[in-house]
Amino acid sequence: MSHDEYQIHKAKILTPSFWVLLTLTVIGFALIGVRFIWGIGAVSNLSDGYPWGIWITYDVATGTAIACGGYAVAILIYIRNKMHYHPLIRSAVLTSLFGYGLAGFSVMVDVGRPWNAYNFFVPSQWQANSAMFEVALCVMAYTTVLAIEFLPAVLTRLQETNWSRARAFLEKYHGRFGLDTPVVLEKLEKLRQRAVWLQPKLDKVLIFVIVLGITLPTMHQSSLGSLLLIASTKLHPLWHTGFLPLLFLINCMFIGYSIAILESVISSFGFKRPFEIEQLSGLASITPYLTTIWLCVVVGDLIWRGQVGNALRFDFYSAFFLLEFGLVASGSLLLFSKKRRQSPRWLFITAVLIVLGGALYRFNVYLIGFNPGQGWRYFPSLAELLITVGIVAFEILGYQVLVKLFPVLPRLHGHEVVEKA
Amino acid sequence: MSTKSSRREFLKLAGLAGAGLVTAPAMALAGHPVAGANDEELGMLYDATKCVGCKACMSACKRVNGDYGSLAYEQAKFDPDKLWDAPQDLTGSTRTLIKLVKDTPKEWSYVKYSCMHCQKPSCVSVCPVSAMTKDKITGIVDYNKNTCIGCRYCQIACAFNIPKFQWEKAIPQIVKCDLCKNTNLKQKGISACAEVCPTGAIMFGKRKDLLAEAKKRLAEHPKQYVNHIYGEHELGGTNHLYLAALQFKKLGLPELKSEAPAEFSEKIQHTIYKGFIAPVALYSTLCFIAVRNMKKGSAHTDEQKKNSDGGDQ
Ligand code: SF4
Ligand code: SF4
Ligand code: SF4
Repeated sequence: MSHDEYQIHKAKILTPSFWVLLTLTVIGFALIGVRFIWGIGAVSNLSDGYPWGIWITYDVATGTAIACGGYAVAILIYIRNKMHYHPLIRSAVLTSLFGYGLAGFSVMVDVGRPWNAYNFFVPSQWQANSAMFEVALCVMAYTTVLAIEFLPAVLTRLQETNWSRARAFLEKYHGRFGLDTPVVLEKLEKLRQRAVWLQPKLDKVLIFVIVLGITLPTMHQSSLGSLLLIASTKLHPLWHTGFLPLLFLINCMFIGYSIAILESVISSFGFKRPFEIEQLSGLASITPYLTTIWLCVVVGDLIWRGQVGNALRFDFYSAFFLLEFGLVASGSLLLFSKKRRQSPRWLFITAVLIVLGGALYRFNVYLIGFNPGQGWRYFPSLAELLITVGIVAFEILGYQVLVKLFPVLPRLHGHEVVEKA
Repeated sequence: MSTKSSRREFLKLAGLAGAGLVTAPAMALAGHPVAGANDEELGMLYDATKCVGCKACMSACKRVNGDYGSLAYEQAKFDPDKLWDAPQDLTGSTRTLIKLVKDTPKEWSYVKYSCMHCQKPSCVSVCPVSAMTKDKITGIVDYNKNTCIGCRYCQIACAFNIPKFQWEKAIPQIVKCDLCKNTNLKQKGISACAEVCPTGAIMFGKRKDLLAEAKKRLAEHPKQYVNHIYGEHELGGTNHLYLAALQFKKLGLPELKSEAPAEFSEKIQHTIYKGFIAPVALYSTLCFIAVRNMKKGSAHTDEQKKNSDGGDQ
C-alpha cells in the first residue's frame, strides 16, 4: 500500500483551542491525583449500589464504541474491498488509538486496586467465565494493534526528517545538557535508518495486524454487552436480554461509521479542508442498513419477551428507551435519501442523531436502566464529570497535535476530481 | 471488479460471526436442568423469630475479623466522642448487620444481612482475576484482596448487593462475610456470629442439617412462620438460609427466581467462545478475504494509475 496518500497538516500547534483543551486536561488530571490520594469516594458519587458510574459508562462502554471508527472503516476497506475509502483510515485509526488508550487509562483510574492488574497475565488467575476478563484482554491487545497500525505514519515521518528541529535545539543549547551534538545526531541518524529498514517489513505483515484489529473489537464489543447479562435482577427488562452481545456489536459498527463521518466533517471544517463527500456518502449508505438490523432485533426481542407494553408505558424507563430508539431510527430514515447523503450538513446531522442514539443505548444499559433497588441513587459529581471531560479534552488535544506532526489526513490533490463531480 | 463476490463473502462471514451471537441467547433461554444444590456445604440458618436484636453478632464479627478484613469501627454523625460503632448498612467496614424492620406498629422483625454464600455465586462467576472463589468442599465464598483489581463487577453482579467497597480509602478493598474462614472457623470450627448468639437465632452447620432443622421448625410451629425457607431455592440455592415471621420482601430480601443469573450469562458466553473456535475461524476467514482483496486492490489501483495518470480513483 502506498504511503503518499497522506499528508501532514501544516498549521500552528499552539492555537486558542489548544490552550482551552490543555486547561481542561490539567484540571481533569489534577482531580485524578486527588482520587489516588484520598480514594474514589473523595471525588465521585459512586456507591455500593452504583459501583459503576460515568467513568465506566462513558469512558469505557461508550468511548470505545465511539472509538470504533477505525474498526468500521477497516472492515469496509479490507473486507468489503472498497479500497477507495483508504484515505480515511489513518485519521480513524488515530482516533481509535486515543479512544482505546484513554479508555484503558480511565479504567486504571476507576478500578480500586490497579496495581493488581498484572493478574490478567497470570494464567492461574484467569477466569474465562467472566466477560470482563475477555473485554480486558481484548482491549489491551487491540490498543497494541492500533499502535502498530499507526506506526507507518510515524515511520514515514522519521524517514523524511532531516532533524532540523533537533539540530536547532542542539545548536542553541550546545553542550548545556552534557549532550555531544555529533554523537546525538549520529544516534538520530541510526533511528532514521532503522525506520527505513522497518517500514517495508512492517508493510508485509501489516495486513495480518489489521485483520486482528477487526477480530478483536468484534469480540470485545459484544462482550461489553455480555457484561450486563449477569445483572438480571437489576437491569430493566427493556434492556436485559440475551441479545445484549449482538446488539452491542451492531451498535458499535453504526456508531463507528457515523463517527468516521463526523470526524471527517468536523476536521474538514476545523482545518479548513474540502469535504470528502464521495467517501462520506459511501459510508453513510451503510449505516441505515446496520441500524435497521439493530432496530429489528430490538423490536423482535421485545415482542418475543412480551415487553412491548413496558416500552410504550411512557414512564421514566420507556421515555429513555423511546428517545434512544427514536434518535437511531430518525437518523437512519433520513439517510435513506441519496440527496441528503451528498450534503455535508445532512451527513453531519444524521451522524449526530445516530451517534447520540447509539450512545444513549449504552447509557441506558449501563446506568439509566440499572436499578439496584433499596433507594440507591446516582448522579455523577462535578469532579467525576471533570475527570471525564479532562480525558476527552486530552483525546482531542492529542489528535489536533498529532495530525500536525505526522501524515494522518488524506492528501488533498485528489479533491479537484471530487469537487468537479 | 469482484465487488459482488466479495459482498457475498462479507455476508457469509457476518453470518458466521452473528450465528454464535444469535444462537447463544436462544440456547440459554431453552435452559438446562439446574444441577441440584450441594447440601454438604457449610452455611448458617438465621431464624428472625428468635433474634432479639442484641447485635452481639455484629460486634463479634468486627472483633474477630477486624484485622483480617481490614474493618474499622464506624462513627455516626451525631457521635462527637467517636465512641459508637453505628453502621447504617453493610459497608466497607461491616460484614454483617442487624436491622429492625417495622411492618405495623405492632408487627416487627429483626433481620440479619451478610453474604448468602450462593451455591452458584454471581460474584465468583464475574470476577476477572479469580479474587472471588468458592471453596469446593466447604462452599465458602471467599475474597482475596491480593489479587482483586477493585473493578467492582462483583457488586454489579450480586443480586443481594452484598459485596461492599471501601470508597474512602486510597488502598481500598471489597468487604463481605467469608464465614470466618480464616479466623473463628479455623480456630473454633464455628463462625463468630453463630458462636456468640445468645438466643440461638444463628445456627451454623452443613446445609442439609440446616434445611432439616428449618423444615422441622416450620412443621412444629406453622403459625409462627411464613411458610418458606428463604435461600432453599433462590438463585439456585444459598447456604445462608432464613426463617421469618414477616414477608421476606419486607425484610429487604428480594423475590428471586430459582435460576442462578450466572447460569444464564455463562451459557451465552460459552456458546460464543466455546473452545475459542469462533474467534479463530473469524480471524482466519477475515485474513483470507483481506489478503485476496488487497492483492486485487493494488493490481486495480496500478491499472487505474496507468490509465488516468494518478488521479483519484
Ligand atoms: S450473596 Fe452475593 S457476594 Fe455472597 S456469594 Fe452470593 S453473589 Fe457472592
Ligand atoms: S472487585 Fe475484586 S473481587 Fe470484585 S470482581 Fe473485581 S476483581 Fe473480583
Ligand atoms: S460468619 Fe463470620 S464473617 Fe460472616 S457475618 Fe458471621 S462473624 Fe461475620
